[in-house]
Amino acid sequence: MTSPAATAVDRSAPAPSGPSGSAPRLRTSRRRHSSDQPRRSVLLTVLTGLVLLYSLVPLIWLAVSATKTQEGLSRSFGLWFDGDFALWDNIGETFTYDDGVFTRWLLNTLLYVGLGAGGATLLAVLGGYALAKFRFPGRRAVFAVVIGAVAVPGTALAVPTFLMFSEMGLTNTPWAVIIPSLISPFGLYLMWVFATEAIPTELMEAARIDGAGEVRTFFRVALPLLAPGIVTVLLFTMVATWNNYFLPLVMLKDPDWYPLTLGLNSWNAQAATAGGEAVFNLVVTGSLITILPLIAAFLLLQRYWQSGLAAGSVKE
Amino acid sequence: MSKHSRRLLSGIGLVCALALTATACGDSDDGGSSQKPVSQDDVRAALKKGGTITVWAWEPTLEKVATDFEKKYPGVKVNLVNAGTNNDQYTALQNAVSAKKGVPDVAQIEYYAMGQYALTKQLTDLTAFGADKLSAKFSPGPWNGVKAGSDGIWALPMDSGPMALFYNKKVFDKYDIEVPATWAEYLDAARELHKADPKAYITADTGDAGLTTSMLWQAGSRPYTVNGTKVKIDFSDRGAKTYTDTWQKLIDEKLLTSVNPWTDEWYKGLGDGTIATLATGAWMPANLASGVKEAAGDWRAAPLPQWTAGGKASAENGGSALALPELGKNEALAYAFVEYANAGDGVGTRLEGGAFPATTAELQSTAFQDTAFPYFGGQKANKIFAESAANVADDWSYLPYQVYANSVFNDTAGKAYVSGTPLAEGLRSWQEASVKYGEEQGFTVEK
Repeated sequence: MTSPAATAVDRSAPAPSGPSGSAPRLRTSRRRHSSDQPRRSVLLTVLTGLVLLYSLVPLIWLAVSATKTQEGLSRSFGLWFDGDFALWDNIGETFTYDDGVFTRWLLNTLLYVGLGAGGATLLAVLGGYALAKFRFPGRRAVFAVVIGAVAVPGTALAVPTFLMFSEMGLTNTPWAVIIPSLISPFGLYLMWVFATEAIPTELMEAARIDGAGEVRTFFRVALPLLAPGIVTVLLFTMVATWNNYFLPLVMLKDPDWYPLTLGLNSWNAQAATAGGEAVFNLVVTGSLITILPLIAAFLLLQRYWQSGLAAGSVKE
Repeated sequence: MSKHSRRLLSGIGLVCALALTATACGDSDDGGSSQKPVSQDDVRAALKKGGTITVWAWEPTLEKVATDFEKKYPGVKVNLVNAGTNNDQYTALQNAVSAKKGVPDVAQIEYYAMGQYALTKQLTDLTAFGADKLSAKFSPGPWNGVKAGSDGIWALPMDSGPMALFYNKKVFDKYDIEVPATWAEYLDAARELHKADPKAYITADTGDAGLTTSMLWQAGSRPYTVNGTKVKIDFSDRGAKTYTDTWQKLIDEKLLTSVNPWTDEWYKGLGDGTIATLATGAWMPANLASGVKEAAGDWRAAPLPQWTAGGKASAENGGSALALPELGKNEALAYAFVEYANAGDGVGTRLEGGAFPATTAELQSTAFQDTAFPYFGGQKANKIFAESAANVADDWSYLPYQVYANSVFNDTAGKAYVSGTPLAEGLRSWQEASVKYGEEQGFTVEK
């Protein structure tokens, strides 16, 4: 893991104009607009600005609303602060309300994401690598099945999966969420395509000639080259598991095993329950707390998120 | 999407339940069987022996009841699970029943959904436990609800929702509007209010099956006649016309706010006076007190407006019972808990927690009727609610598939609120959709 990380750090530094860094690029001709000096387009800038605003406004609303009390939410303008700033109270109450069940939901979610998304990524990497770099009978059939599986929405499988799991007596246990999360056809497909491009076969042959076994070749040669793809799949499956709603909704009945999505929804539903207590301020604050880990994961993993690490590794 | 899949899911359960041939859903002779008579002695023996029961309920006051029950019977453990509110829980229950795994011993079921479970024999008939002897304990509306138009007793009533009119006195005083005693006056009040303040509306109704059926109930309409698997659906009787005529005017003159009930916007409107009244069940005060804190002291309760001046007719809106799913284990213990919660010491505990009772003794007790509600400026609102409970006609019945029917209300009758389709026509298309589904499910439907 050291070498790609090190190069990644080098590469993520903003490139000053002019050639620099360890890999000198050949400039064939000097164009007026290079990647360092892109052509400016007012229209494009405005359009991207609009899209940016469109994506950020809900987030701003969420951050601002998390600072309001239950009454403040309804009496003040959504995108501006209310008189009394209640963010810390809200956060405190989110973690203590209902005997601190929010913490339990958070841990549940981390468990599902850790095992589910981590496992899904591992399986996708192993499978993708094998499908990309080995020739074996039935490969085309696997390809057809994977492509078919990408087209099936997970929601459609939830009910049959429920019936299958309840036959096995696994419903209402964490396994009911983790096991289906391990399967990510899209992740497998992505890894497959990525491995085909990113691992030069010559490199593997070189490793074999040098006497490395298959396992060692995979871990020491292929895996570092696959890092950007792995991070992509990991982020992808992480977001999918973190936000998964329908599967746990069908599988879990016991609030003690809820992930955050279901938990927040049950708090939200209280407002529409006879005798229930409306806790919109906690739903909003809880939602904000729920998305923070995802944002953090993106920011932390972004640096690994680039391809082309294998460039220059083969002398032709 | 999720609404659709939920409808699909609840459909699956019902299809399974009504399938005459035991096919993919399996046959139903394993699990608990209600053939053997269970006596009170068995219940006592079960309490001595102890054990664990699982209760699915979303009613918040049951938490303390369960704790008290465990204290009283040390060997017993009550596993109280909130498996979602109404439809979410029904879907979960149907799934568990189809899978024959993880069915709870006790489940909370609203009166409107009772018929579905009773007809498909998914609940244990409590007559064997001597539940019939409790009939005098409960007020007529809820008791009629747990019988669901059959000879059995499918649950014990937990709470009830005799209707009342909640109104924002501050707004009414500000514009000098009389509290309406009839629906005609209500219409006038709606006009007056909206003229005085174009931002204010008399109420929020964007099409709600529960409210509509309750209003029809009060107006003397009986759209559903149920006799086993023979069903008649008819939204054209005089009561229905009475209701649609008045409501049509509210819709046409744009006197109803477009805010959806139970959203944060709705709570906001109840707080700032832009939604001035609410005709709903007597369980509402607890929600007002917790969700509309900023308007404490502004609201009052009043008797539900009448269709004929000087009348006293009322209806139930909401309310639920505790039932024993047929596939649950531990029947005797489950029944002991249900009786404790709904006809024993649990009733008092739940009243303290702000629930509205279904038992006549509590409804008529001085302590209950003299309770002052600080939220209503000290008003003794329970007097109004108890009066309302006593005046609920007990010959109303819901469809044996009301859960499905209600789920398609907004695609049919609900259009009247948004598209200019007359409400009477909307009800007709709701009727058609309900008839069609009933026939698909093997009911004999008379139109």
